[in-house]
Amino acid sequence: MQTGKVSRISGPVIVAKEMKGAKMYDVVKVGESELSGEIIRLYNENAVIQVYEDTVGIKVGEPVSLTGMPLSVKLGPGLLSSIYDGIQRPLPGLAEISGDFIERGLTLSGLDERKLWDFLPAVKENSKVIGGSILGTVQEYHIEHKILVPPFVSGVIEEINEGKFTVDDPVCRISGGKALTLSHKWPVRKGRPFKEKLDMNLPLVTGQRIFDSLFPVAKGGTAMIPGGFGTGKTVSEQSLAKWSDTQIIVYIGCGERGNEMTDVLKEFPEIIDTRTGFPLIQRTVLIANTSNMPVAAREASIYTGVAMAEYYRDMGYDVALMADSTSRWGEALREVSGRLEEMPGEEGYPAYLAARIAAFYERAGRVSCLGPDARAGSITIIGAVSPPGGDFSEPITQNTLRVSGTFWALDSGLANRRHFPSVNWVRSYSLYLENLEMWFTENVSCDWRKFREQVMIILQKETELLEIVKLVGADSLPEQEKSILEVARMIREDFLQQSAFDPLDAYCSLEKQFLMIRTIIKFSDALSQAIARGVKLKQVMALPVKDKISRMKQETDLAIIEDLIAEIDKSIGSLEADRE
Amino acid sequence: MKPNLVTVDYNTVSGISGPLLFVDNVLNIGYGETAVITLPDGEIRNGQVLDISEGTAIIQVFEGTNSTDTDLTKVRFTGRPSEIDVSIDMLGRVFTGMGRPRDNGPSIIPEARIPISGNPINPYSRDKPEDFIETGISAIDALNTLVRGQKLPIFAGAGLPANSLAAQIARQARVRGSDESFAVVFSAMGITYKDAAFFKNEFEKTGALERVVFFLNIADDPTVERIATPRSALATAEFLAFHHDLHVLVILTDMTNYCEALREISTAREEVPGRRGYPGYMYTDLATIYERAGRIKGKKGSITQVPILTMPDDDITHPIPDLTGYITEGQIVLSRDLHRRGISPPIDVLPCLSRLMNLGIGEGKTRIDHRNVADQLYSAYANGRDTRRLAAIVGEDALSELDKIYLAFSDSFEKRFIGQGNIGRSIEETLQIAWELLSTIPQGELKRIKPELIKKYYKPQSE
Repeated sequence: MQTGKVSRISGPVIVAKEMKGAKMYDVVKVGESELSGEIIRLYNENAVIQVYEDTVGIKVGEPVSLTGMPLSVKLGPGLLSSIYDGIQRPLPGLAEISGDFIERGLTLSGLDERKLWDFLPAVKENSKVIGGSILGTVQEYHIEHKILVPPFVSGVIEEINEGKFTVDDPVCRISGGKALTLSHKWPVRKGRPFKEKLDMNLPLVTGQRIFDSLFPVAKGGTAMIPGGFGTGKTVSEQSLAKWSDTQIIVYIGCGERGNEMTDVLKEFPEIIDTRTGFPLIQRTVLIANTSNMPVAAREASIYTGVAMAEYYRDMGYDVALMADSTSRWGEALREVSGRLEEMPGEEGYPAYLAARIAAFYERAGRVSCLGPDARAGSITIIGAVSPPGGDFSEPITQNTLRVSGTFWALDSGLANRRHFPSVNWVRSYSLYLENLEMWFTENVSCDWRKFREQVMIILQKETELLEIVKLVGADSLPEQEKSILEVARMIREDFLQQSAFDPLDAYCSLEKQFLMIRTIIKFSDALSQAIARGVKLKQVMALPVKDKISRMKQETDLAIIEDLIAEIDKSIGSLEADRE
Repeated sequence: MKPNLVTVDYNTVSGISGPLLFVDNVLNIGYGETAVITLPDGEIRNGQVLDISEGTAIIQVFEGTNSTDTDLTKVRFTGRPSEIDVSIDMLGRVFTGMGRPRDNGPSIIPEARIPISGNPINPYSRDKPEDFIETGISAIDALNTLVRGQKLPIFAGAGLPANSLAAQIARQARVRGSDESFAVVFSAMGITYKDAAFFKNEFEKTGALERVVFFLNIADDPTVERIATPRSALATAEFLAFHHDLHVLVILTDMTNYCEALREISTAREEVPGRRGYPGYMYTDLATIYERAGRIKGKKGSITQVPILTMPDDDITHPIPDLTGYITEGQIVLSRDLHRRGISPPIDVLPCLSRLMNLGIGEGKTRIDHRNVADQLYSAYANGRDTRRLAAIVGEDALSELDKIYLAFSDSFEKRFIGQGNIGRSIEETLQIAWELLSTIPQGELKRIKPELIKKYYKPQSE
């Protein structure tokens, strides 16, 4: 193996000389303790390397060896329910070797090499296969894990066997003598190929009212959740990971808190996915590179995650990828760039920040997968962004805004008054409304779009009215406008607020969401008619139906919500004008 | 890292800049190893290698570079990273930021010698923090509950009583159903002698002194030592928690001074500055301190951190509080306005947060109504504050009846609930006061509380 020598060390960045034959983004082993690193710049025969582990103790002159491989992940059965660091080392395995604290220079395979999988072939000998053909299946929990011919490989099957195999055993031999196993390696920085991108016309149903009803994201789309600290990014990401209707979830804790990952690790095995009846953890891959773990591995972690997501997408599954937080990834880029003494762009971030963000988000999408049969899979990327000081004008937020289809702006003002999810309804938007309208019309109601618009109009009107109230007080408003404030408050408190910690309210079906909206709009219409008749707002607000509306969230019997409409008509309709 | 068997004294210092020494023609030096620097007059100082390229090493000198020169100053490399001797006997003692006794006592007999910057805890090995710590302070216990293994900083402004709040927490904190008290590791970075003495007296008064380890770097001690101080403290805390099964409360004050020291070194190294001149890696650097809180599966002890920082110009968006808030599990924010009005402790609950609160409260831990009560107090108080702003413009007379109720609520909330003074309250007393306050609000307004709980606890004053 070819080797060079360390000539400079500065934090996570080292420079090696005599690196003949080195290629950009190849993985190298640094020093006698063989720390993993990746080449990020080459000049003459010098290579600049970002090291994924702590570099304390490395000396000038220590050897650096080339592996000739770019940073890769091992893809195969066994990913689900695993927890990895940023470069796919399983954390339970690391704990076995080095105890409760992570030491350096440990190498571990990303997949359990001893576990036997029952392989059921789907093709016969002498059939022709191409990249993406399904060789057979193994059962990974409740997921039918399709073993695919890796991209760019093709041939005629010469031999294929049924039975129990490890991920490294050859299960099949194709023409040319190439043996295929249940697993293969894939370079993380390279998107896996597909036939073509498809239109996105299915919503990602999240069970979160403000997301589904007001600002939906399509399967294969991208969404960003920016917000200052304490606005609930992580809780939102976790709720989405729990309740989204995809078969696979990839959750990346990128430069965040260790205790948060513990939370996910403890909670996900206990929560049963209502759609499948299996624990959530069995559809989840976790990647945890906490803030105190090496910064270069943090940079790699989101690519590791998206490569795994693409692998399941290629099987024809819908995958949702949560990255919490992409700002930490951007900062890792900045830190490495600073160590390279590159000319800084805005706020010290490197000039290539925008390009990197765009390239990452573009790996989302709904695609027609490789292979002879027609399969569609999707990756939805939901990235949390942590703007410094909650100021959305900073580079990461702005660059992400340009490439994400849904914008869920978190608002510290709402968070302070414990309005959660603290999504600001005035600033947020979704670009998928047109694409999804058809689906909602067919599957929810033809009135979905209409009611949504009405809700938005009321909330917008409230914002304007509150400006006036700030100056003159609420009492000086005419009754009709006061009633708009009341309805807006109803929308905010009885519909938009949703507790992620309340077992009854954490998930809300689309059907229920729609009924809730319809009831509130109905109430709004009836109220406005009553006031036109001369009824006072106070009279309506005293009606018991108002309290019933505020208890809708806790209602499990949808028929009761449906009955509210009749009650609204009856009780408000029968009020007589106040002649005082 | 192997120690060098043959030690070489280098007298090849080629440059000195701020806290940094540049040493030429070095061989076989490891990144991050410590160095011993001998000054022309024989004084000995300590340093650490920050950067090496072929032939040149950059060393940060913990005690500062005063009186070093390029001619006679000698540097010897130890081949070891920064380490500290630790022992259970450190309780009750005072040390420098580098871990040497500064209380005129004898050296400790070490049980172990460990690197001050420990390895990261494997997230998989972490245990969930879920033991409610009763601090006796209503604004924390009821609204921003602290749990064992959490890191919950206090964001103060210059002149606000963060120190007395931290001392009050250290004094009153206990876990319900156990009489184990906390061992305290106290790390002072660049605070004044007066502040350091305040803490010492506080602990002395309550007889807690023998359960405290002090690491002191006061304002006129060398700046660079501030980089090592919290790390020495946390290495000691980890040793006490995970080898001696103690529950350790780590108080770090003042993190603002720590960050200033970080900036000073970064500037001396001529690094590309990030926001406001602080280095781009400050987030990562702070994380290596804050993330050393927590619990580990199968270990009895725990580390709970209460860092204190001063927000420059009371600006919570300044990089120091901002990055801290992104790493820590919540924050306690002090308010100048409340302080001026004589409310003590002056905790502004609206921007406060405890992310781990839900793990530590509820039936069996505190009380079944805790979560609902906290949500309702928040919402009512936020309402009251908005009304107060409105009343300032339109006058109280123009307010609606309901608004007036909220206004009165927020006033008594501040006076009775937050302004408890220097006494401790049990969680039951705290919730009792909360319900008395909530009972001044019409029942229909209490949307955050489940009806059965309202029935049980809501007791309006007879009219």
